[in-house]
Parts: sequence; structure tokens; C-alpha cells
Amino acid sequence: MTYNYPDSTGHFGPYGGIYVAETLMGALDELRVAYEHFSNDPKFRAEFSYELKHYVGRPSPIYHARHWSQRLGGAQIYLKREDLNHTGAHKVNNTVGQALLAKRMGKKRVIAETGAGQHGVATATVAARYGMECVVYMGAEDVKRQATNVYRMKLLGATVVPVESGSKTLKDALNEAMRDWVTNIENTFYIIGTVAGPHPYPMMVRDFNSVVSKECIAQMPELAGRQPDAVIACVGGGSNAMGIFHSYIDMPGVQLVGVEAAGSGIASGQHAAALCAGRPGVLHGNRTYLLQDENGQIIETHSISAGLDYPGVGPEHAWLKDSGRAQYVAIEDGEALQAFHDLCHFEGIIPALESSHALAYAAKIAPTLGQDKVLLVNLSGRGDKDMATVARVSGITL
Amino acid sequence: MSRIQTTFEKLKQRGRKALIPFITAGDPNTQTTVPLMHALVEAGADVIELGVPFSDPMADGPTIQRASERALKHGVALHDVLDMVAQFRSKDVSTPVVLMGYGNPIEAMGWECFATRCAEAGVDGVLTVDFPPEESHEAFGHLHRHGIDPIFLLAPTTSDARIAQVAKLARGYVYYVSLKGVTGAGHLDLSAIAQKIPHLRQHIRLPIGVGFGIRDAETALAVAKLCDGVVVGSRIVQEIENSNEQDLVTNVGKLVKELRLAIDQA
Repeated sequence: MTYNYPDSTGHFGPYGGIYVAETLMGALDELRVAYEHFSNDPKFRAEFSYELKHYVGRPSPIYHARHWSQRLGGAQIYLKREDLNHTGAHKVNNTVGQALLAKRMGKKRVIAETGAGQHGVATATVAARYGMECVVYMGAEDVKRQATNVYRMKLLGATVVPVESGSKTLKDALNEAMRDWVTNIENTFYIIGTVAGPHPYPMMVRDFNSVVSKECIAQMPELAGRQPDAVIACVGGGSNAMGIFHSYIDMPGVQLVGVEAAGSGIASGQHAAALCAGRPGVLHGNRTYLLQDENGQIIETHSISAGLDYPGVGPEHAWLKDSGRAQYVAIEDGEALQAFHDLCHFEGIIPALESSHALAYAAKIAPTLGQDKVLLVNLSGRGDKDMATVARVSGITL
Repeated sequence: MSRIQTTFEKLKQRGRKALIPFITAGDPNTQTTVPLMHALVEAGADVIELGVPFSDPMADGPTIQRASERALKHGVALHDVLDMVAQFRSKDVSTPVVLMGYGNPIEAMGWECFATRCAEAGVDGVLTVDFPPEESHEAFGHLHRHGIDPIFLLAPTTSDARIAQVAKLARGYVYYVSLKGVTGAGHLDLSAIAQKIPHLRQHIRLPIGVGFGIRDAETALAVAKLCDGVVVGSRIVQEIENSNEQDLVTNVGKLVKELRLAIDQA
């Protein structure tokens, strides 16, 4: 059976769809038509491939973490090195794709929301590359916490707007970006950073990131002699996970595992695990699992990793969960930190705290599996941006 | 005949335009909302749009978002808003009340339960900002069965095909968003509205209210000349925000009276 979601109206089973005010419907329609057209246009696809190769540095390698696997004493762990991309994470696959689309649609201004700043940096980067005006919305709290990334975006020529409303974090930045878009629809393209938002965003962002799993399917037999037993990726909004899951969905022998942020523990209520501990609802243009109170108000999330600190999740993950094709688990801050340090020590790779959640789950199950088993983990980003956070929780002043 | 229909027909007979003020339930506190609703009616409101606070009001500008935040600080939930309407209804049986908000609090309550409770409380219409017609068939089936009018937004960017779709589903009145932007945004383009309304009327038989960006008596009058009703939200919420507690109801009443006088010249 061939996996063929979403349907023509953007639904993944009961999830996804287009839940926005009438004021945005026209723009989404324009985007859907343009994406349908250009995603089938050989010239567009060729330019996208060229940019991924020469600007981003693809294909990214897969690395066999032999030493760490040995220490864990079980399954072999392979890492898809998205951390080696230009700008240091998988995010740029998507921003290149959307910027090329914006260019073809004649939009000279791009906007983005950002949490930790990674998507903001990836957007500012491509805006500079293609000569577009760029405005990035960022929660005022996050602006304070992520000063380096704010400066990085400014160096790249972007305007960073601190968002003072609501909880002053990622979800509020997203609200504010939507408001900008609705006001400046004619000349502005909204580059959403994850597989959420109204249709066609979840599909489009997934498609641009699915280059990751396409490469893995070609690389794994060369390196490991076969496809992996399980593919493991962290899930905030879920774009790196959708990227590495997508081409594997039709291979039933490959288990797909999404790892959410359990923060201080699910029981503490201080977490960001929408799939593991939330329930379905409607936010930011789509129906999906959400962290919400009994009255349907969205609640604030907690994770050591800013990139996973989001109360919703991409609707395709909601569908993969309900349909049983993927499993979702959660990893606490402490476990993620341990995996972060272990990868530094045993492999000489500093992973992003987001990716460390996926690594921690791999480390948890590897010892329970035989040495002939193969786990493929998406090392979705590098950890340079997390130096201050890790130092702080370790009680070190830099 | 529904209360909304009756109201618009009476206005039509008298050659008047509807004044539709918006306030957020529970802003600035729970006990002020019902007295404020009565004051709106006394000052000349024909229909009241009552905002249901939501944590992520994507289509609203900063003014109405702050109103939502003030209400949420008091823990105002959808069931509290329904209680407020029931309380209002015990003294006012004729002024239509339309709940305006986002879908998720309703989803959390369940649409059937919500529609039942709306009917019991005396709610007349529901405008769910982030539920366009495509996603609303099942939800609005519940409203229809309980005699609650689904109110829809139309925008300057709405295509003819979508206008026709809304025309089939809408009851009560339709709400034309007068500008590209969020609630409370800048400048109105009156000539664009003047062009658009007759076009909408080719599809829409219901009364057409116009809102977003109406900030004073002058623009209210100019807009009233072009349509059947004028919706004023952010300007009223701003008055609530800027008033101290004892003057709040009086100040809002005064503002609404000015708007009433203005649009009665239309």
C-alpha cells in the first residue's frame, strides 16, 4: 500500500485541515496552487536540488557511532548528520524550498516565527541568499534567552521583532507572524518552520525535509548492509522527524519512533509532550494533539530544549500515532542531557539538545536489543547554540 | 423568526442601521460583563458580540488580545460566558447575543453540548473565527439543530466561489472584514467597501455587517451608509482598558451613544 496523505483538502485522517480566519483563505489558496504547480516543475526541482547540494552541503553523511554503541552494549546506532548542514540543522532544507517558492511567486518579503532562533537563522540565511527582505518574530522571553541567535539574524540582514504578547514564546511568535501575513498578504511569504500550520504547510515542509529519508534509504544499505530496524527522531513541531520518517512509512519492517520532550517529567505537568500527554484540538490552523487545559485554553510548555517547547505537534504525527504506524515516547531533560554529554565524550560530536532527546531514547533501548539490530537516529542539529544552557544547568559560568 | 432576523427587520422598517458593539466576556472582570451588556443596549446597541476569551487569538490585534488575557487571568471559561448570557437574558429577552471566538474552547466542551447550552442560555449566533465553511459542516450541524445562527466572516480577498459557499451556510447576518489585517488595525478604504458590498449582495441575502478598524463616529457613519450594520470592537475594548472601574460602564455607554447618534444619520 502506498502512503498517500494528506488528502486534497489537507487532512491526515481527522487531523490537519485549514482552520484559519477568512482573511487568510485567499493567501493559502494562492500558496497551495503555486506549490502544486512548482513542486511538479522539473526546473524548480532541479534548482532545489542544486541549492541543497552546493549551498546546504547535501547529502549529509550517515555516521556509525561505533564507540558509543559499544559502550551501550547492544544495537548499533547510526546517526544521520543533519548537524553538518549549512546553518547547523535540518531547518535549512525547508527554508531553501520555501524561499525558492516565494521567489517564483514574486514575493519580495519573507517572514518567519522562531523559538530558539534556529528557524529564524535559517530563514534570515536564505533571505540574504535570495535578496529578500526578512522579518523574524520571536517571543520576547526567547529574545533574551537566545541573544547569540538574535545577533546572527541581524548580521544576516533580518529584522527581529520581539513579541510581548501571551507567554512571549514560540506560539506567540507564530500568532504574531500570522497577523503580519494577513496584513501584508500581497508582497509577503510566510516561511513556517515546522510541519504544522494550515494546509499546505504540513505537507510542504515535510516534502522539503523528506530529502533526509530519501538519502537514508540510499545510504543505509551501503553502510549497514540494510535498512534500519528503527528510525528515531525528536518531535517538537516535528519537521526533522517527518523528514526522516517519510520515505520509510511504506516499509512496514522499519519501526518509526518520535521522541517528545518530557521536561521535568510528564507527571510534573512541566513538559512539552503533546502526543504522549495531550488531546486533540485546533490551534495554529490545524487539528492535532495539543497541550490544553480542560477549558480548551493552550497551556505553557517546558523543556530544556527551546526547539521542542511547543504545545502542539504537526498533524501528520497525530495521524501516524492514531494509525499505529509510528510510536511516540517522551524523554526527560536529565536523560537528554546525559545523552548530550555521552555523545560529546564518546564520539566527539556536540549534538543539539533537541536531537539529544532522540539520542537518549536510542541509548535507552540499545542495551535491550541484540548487536545485530540497527537504530538510525536523526542528529537533526548541532549543539553550539546550546552551550550557555548546558553550562548553566551544569552550574558553570562561561 | 430568530431574534437576529427580527432585529434586522425592525431596523429595516425604521430605515436604521444596526450598531453591533463587541466586548470580551470577563474583561476587565467577571462581574462587570452583564451590567456592561445592559449598558450597551441602553446606549443603542442592536446586537451584542460577546468575545469568548482564548489564549491564542490569532486573528485579533493587540487590543483584543489584551482583553482576552485580562479575562483569562480571572479564569473565565466558555461555561462562564454562557452563564453570563443566561444572566443577561433574564432581564433582556429581545437583544440578540452573538458569541465570537475561536474553535478550541468549543471543541473542548463538545459541539453538541455547546449548542444545547447556547440554546438554554439564550445565545443567538456563533462566530468561530478560525472555522471556515470547509471545516464547519459537522460543527454547524449542531448549531442548526438548536436554532443557533452560524455567523461567517467575509474578507476583501474572499473569492466569488467562497462567497457563494458562505451564502448557503450563513444565518443571521454576515460579517464583512473591512480591511486586510487584524482587529483594530489602521485605515479603512471606504471606496473599496463601497465597491465590495453591492458585489456581496449578488450572493448574500442576509444583512451585511462591516467591522475591523472602525474607530470613531465619523468612520462609523461612513461605513453605515454602505451596509446594514456596523461592528465596533477594539475601540470599545480600548475604552474599557483605559477606564477605571467606577467610570467604566458610563464611559463605554457614552462612547456607544456617540456611535449610535452618528450611524442614525446614515
